[in-house]
Amino acid sequence: MEGPLGIPLEHVLYLAITLFLIGVVGILIRRNVIFILLSLELMMNASALAFVAAGAYWQEADGQVMFMFILALAAAEVAVALGLVVQLARRFRTLDIDAASEMTG
Amino acid sequence: MEMLWLVPALPLAGFLVLFVTEGKLPKIAVACIGAGCVGFSAVVAAVVGWEYLTSGTDAYSQVMWTWMAVGEFKVEATLYFDYLALVMVGVITGVGFLIHLYATGYMWEEEGYSRFFAYMNLFVFAMLLLVLGDSLLLLFLGWEGVGLCSYLLIGFFHKDPANGYAARKAFVITRVGDTALILGLLLLFREVGTLGIQESLETARSIWPDGSLMNTAIALLLLGGAVGKSAQVPLQTWLPDAMAGPTPVSALIHAATMVTAGVYLIARMQGIYLLSEHAMLCVAFVGLATLFIASFTALVQSDIKRVLAFSTMSQIGYMFLALGVGAWSAAIFHLMTHAFFKALLFLASGSVILSLHHEQDMHKMGGLWRKLPIPFWSMVVGSIALAALPFTSGFVSKDAILLTAADAPELGMVFWGGAIAAAFMTSLYTTRMMVLTFFGETKMEPHDPSKANMWLPLLVLAALSLGGGWFGFTVLDSLFHDHGVHFGLHLDNPIAIATMCIPLLGLVAGYLIFYANVFDRKGIAESGVGKAVGRFWFVGWGFDKIYDSLVVNPFRWLARVNKGDFVDLLFRFTALVARILNNLFSISQNGRLRWYALTMFGGLLLAIVFVAII
Amino acid sequence: MNVLLLICLLLAAGLVAWASERIRPNLPNWVALTTFVLATLWVVFAWLSGPHEGGLYAEQFYSWIPRFGINVILKVDGLSLMLIGLTMLLGAVAVVSSWTETTTRRGFFQFNILWVMAGVVGVFSAFDLFLFFFFWEVMLIPMYFLIAIWGHEDRSYASMKFFLFTQISGLLMLVAIVALVWIHYSTHGVLSFDYHTLLGAELDDSVARLLMLGFFVAFITKLPSVPLHTWLPDAHTQAPTAGSVILAGILLKTGAYGIVRFVVTLFPEASRDFWIYGMALGVASILYGGFMAYSQSDFKRLVAYSSIAHMGFVLVGVYSFNDLGMQGAIVTMIAHGFSTAALFMMAGALQERLHTREMSKMGGLWVKAPRMGAVTMFFVIASVGMPGLGNFIGEFLVLLGAFQKNVFLTICAAIGIVVAAVYGLSLMQRSFQGTPNPDVPEMRDFAFREMSAMIVLMVALVWLGVYPQHVLSMTDAILPMLGVAP
Repeated sequence: MEGPLGIPLEHVLYLAITLFLIGVVGILIRRNVIFILLSLELMMNASALAFVAAGAYWQEADGQVMFMFILALAAAEVAVALGLVVQLARRFRTLDIDAASEMTG
Repeated sequence: MEMLWLVPALPLAGFLVLFVTEGKLPKIAVACIGAGCVGFSAVVAAVVGWEYLTSGTDAYSQVMWTWMAVGEFKVEATLYFDYLALVMVGVITGVGFLIHLYATGYMWEEEGYSRFFAYMNLFVFAMLLLVLGDSLLLLFLGWEGVGLCSYLLIGFFHKDPANGYAARKAFVITRVGDTALILGLLLLFREVGTLGIQESLETARSIWPDGSLMNTAIALLLLGGAVGKSAQVPLQTWLPDAMAGPTPVSALIHAATMVTAGVYLIARMQGIYLLSEHAMLCVAFVGLATLFIASFTALVQSDIKRVLAFSTMSQIGYMFLALGVGAWSAAIFHLMTHAFFKALLFLASGSVILSLHHEQDMHKMGGLWRKLPIPFWSMVVGSIALAALPFTSGFVSKDAILLTAADAPELGMVFWGGAIAAAFMTSLYTTRMMVLTFFGETKMEPHDPSKANMWLPLLVLAALSLGGGWFGFTVLDSLFHDHGVHFGLHLDNPIAIATMCIPLLGLVAGYLIFYANVFDRKGIAESGVGKAVGRFWFVGWGFDKIYDSLVVNPFRWLARVNKGDFVDLLFRFTALVARILNNLFSISQNGRLRWYALTMFGGLLLAIVFVAII
Repeated sequence: MNVLLLICLLLAAGLVAWASERIRPNLPNWVALTTFVLATLWVVFAWLSGPHEGGLYAEQFYSWIPRFGINVILKVDGLSLMLIGLTMLLGAVAVVSSWTETTTRRGFFQFNILWVMAGVVGVFSAFDLFLFFFFWEVMLIPMYFLIAIWGHEDRSYASMKFFLFTQISGLLMLVAIVALVWIHYSTHGVLSFDYHTLLGAELDDSVARLLMLGFFVAFITKLPSVPLHTWLPDAHTQAPTAGSVILAGILLKTGAYGIVRFVVTLFPEASRDFWIYGMALGVASILYGGFMAYSQSDFKRLVAYSSIAHMGFVLVGVYSFNDLGMQGAIVTMIAHGFSTAALFMMAGALQERLHTREMSKMGGLWVKAPRMGAVTMFFVIASVGMPGLGNFIGEFLVLLGAFQKNVFLTICAAIGIVVAAVYGLSLMQRSFQGTPNPDVPEMRDFAFREMSAMIVLMVALVWLGVYPQHVLSMTDAILPMLGVAP
């Protein structure tokens, strides 16, 4: 089970999973919003990598197409998220995400 | 006789005028309307009465309209006029007019002059409806109407909470009796199928020829109503407190007319009672108990109006006794003479009270007889009629009651003995009242406010109190066609002589005890036993206390404890459970982004594991 | 008369009133008052011109959702007409009484009042169960707004409680309606919400009992009867005056109407077997309501509890299953509408002047406002059951009817009359009589506007008490349908 570059699909997927888990752990343990955002990007790119690998494996363009979508999504997300970060920084004078825990149920 | 409807309509018109004008009329106009309506009503009543007596018919009835009709239940608003109604209407409008006239002077200085006469006129209207209505429901309308006016007038000086309390007590206690009366009406309708008085009496006679349990039950329930309204044992406790009202009110409502409504009711429903021996016996015993208890209580009171109140209870007790032994005409006759002399006593005492600036305590009076001649002599006349000294009106009627009671089978001597003992007490407390009020040293200087409109009624009533016995031989003898009643003097048997003499004895004893001070009165009163007995009598044999601790206080306590409505606890509990659950679940909603992310991934992991296992 | 037109008139007037606030803040009041007066005249006119054939004053049929057998069926018989008349008259009175009370968002206020009334008229005339339920909800929601927006200090609690009680019990009714329709469909193959069609539904005894209970619970919650009454004191106390007047005067009657119109007729056997429970609940309401009224210190709360006692008489009357009891229940409904509405208006007037409803902060008000004192006295004695006024006729007929059915319960109900005297007079004593309270500021007595509203109600009560035949003969015709013809 090798792709055209001779890298087995499993390896790529392991890499994607590792990246994804790094992102998850980052989100869970970092309190700084910027790092959370970075972790988020990491997770997204991990999934994008999985798409690309899968596309290469099946010899289909779908994987690359999905990657394009994810890029666009990430760009949009970053735009909104950075806006929120700025607001957060302004209102709470900190980048600690736990400061913004007012919306309890 | 077509003018009969005018008799109640005139006071009603007076009430409406006074009610609508809201007290904006000048006092003199109010007085003219207030007393004038009742006066005109009396004139119309006299004309109607004259026509009735000369026409020779048994009864006259006037249908006004159908009040309500549901299926078989039909109530006509009908006026019914016969001998009984004649006497009652005569007393209500006649004595009523005199009292209104007196009140125009008595109330002159008071606030709410117009309101007072509005209530009084409404009262007269309701009372007339009570005695003229040919349906028990119309009677009940009048019955409740007089109760309402009594409530309004007892609490007339509404700024003092004590008056309001007395008024409510009167209303509520009579309401207890009224409830019995309503149940009586319900039962009567179920058994007889009508609430028309004449109709139901006829039907009752035909369906219960020898009486029955139902008949007795109805009679007893009606008696319950009568007992409440006429302040008889065991519902008598409201009357002494009712004296909080202005004195003319006490005279009109709580002596002459309303409190005798119970007597009227039983006399009117004679047909039902005649069929039931037990019910008759109950009536007699209620009367006997009341007249006995009340006459002892009157002996130790210090408020002059309370003395008269207990005396009223006691005299109505005589009427009940008379009804119970079948002396119908004697009872109604005593009702009439009692209306004369008790109204006189109240009005005269009212003059005394007014002249002493509303002082009612007899111990603070004394030596007034020279200074207030008209009230004094009126009071003397009233007293001898009350004590039933020979040849006064009170004597004629009470004598008839006592002698008929003595004739009652088996229990005759019990009735007579109790009644004569109370008659002795009557003389005694009357003497005491007179001595304390008018003799001895002067403790307060009176100012005599008497005007013609105040002493004229006294004179008329005094004349009636003395000579009213004349009616007994003429009009009333034919009232109920009962010939077992002894009117007039009977010197042939010892009982009759004793009946005549014992009140005199009471007078002498009273003179010796209270005026000549032969006995050590103070010593007896302050000894241990004397104090206890005096206290017991003073509070009216402790009925109030029993009711308070059995009914009133538990009711109040429960009301206080349950103000928040315990039923609501169930729903509040439901709401509480929902709130607790909410709090429990909302712990997870702590607003921390990372916590949410963790639970999200945790959930995802669980889902994957779950899928993997399957 | 066309009922749908009347309902549309009320709905449209509501919108107009809302919009008219922009022109002049006082204009919505005038719009509402004019509408109600016109509607009252309309009803009176229909009454005077007499019923058509079949004893109906109006009958309309419009197709709505034919696929499910749902149609707009509106009929007005004697009972409905009387209740609609009461509704419109009390609507006018309610508007007059709250003329100066509301100062905020008057347009929306009158909009809500008019829409509640539209719902009530619909409830009183709908002869299609789906339509009935629809109007049942229509009258609920504006009422919720009335309490929640213009209520007093505890309004959100009270309005939520009111909403939940009515809504949950209403859902029970909805389930019962749907089940009834479904059972009828499965036996007859006709899907219909038509009242007259459903009268013929054949039900097993146990099913009939369950469905009957569904309706019964919904209606006694609205009535209300012990033990489902606890929303009422809160809702009444917190509602603005007009809200209380409508709530006590009319909305409670929809519960009573529902029992008479639906429970008794749709499930005749089941309701007859149920009589002892219905009557016992009524008696419990009479005694407990009266007792609770005495223990209150809040003027409005006291009157609210007294309503429970009075509506107990309605329940007792209906469940005595004879013409006397039924007629008594109907007269009680009307008379209670007048007397209690007046007492709530009085409570509102006092609150407007004294900014309190606590009777311990009143006392001796008669001296300051004799007219208000006299008017209160009149309505208190009416509500105590004084003969010659409407309430007595109703209560007496109820007792008379109940006595034929069960003596013991009647005796208990009669004791309620004594209790009524106790709480009624204590209300009078604590507020208007007694020593004038020095803390009470100078207060304005009733003037022409308030007095005229009160006089209308007084005349109505005297009329009902002295000549109740008008009311009695209007409902005579429907008695056979209720199975209680003599």
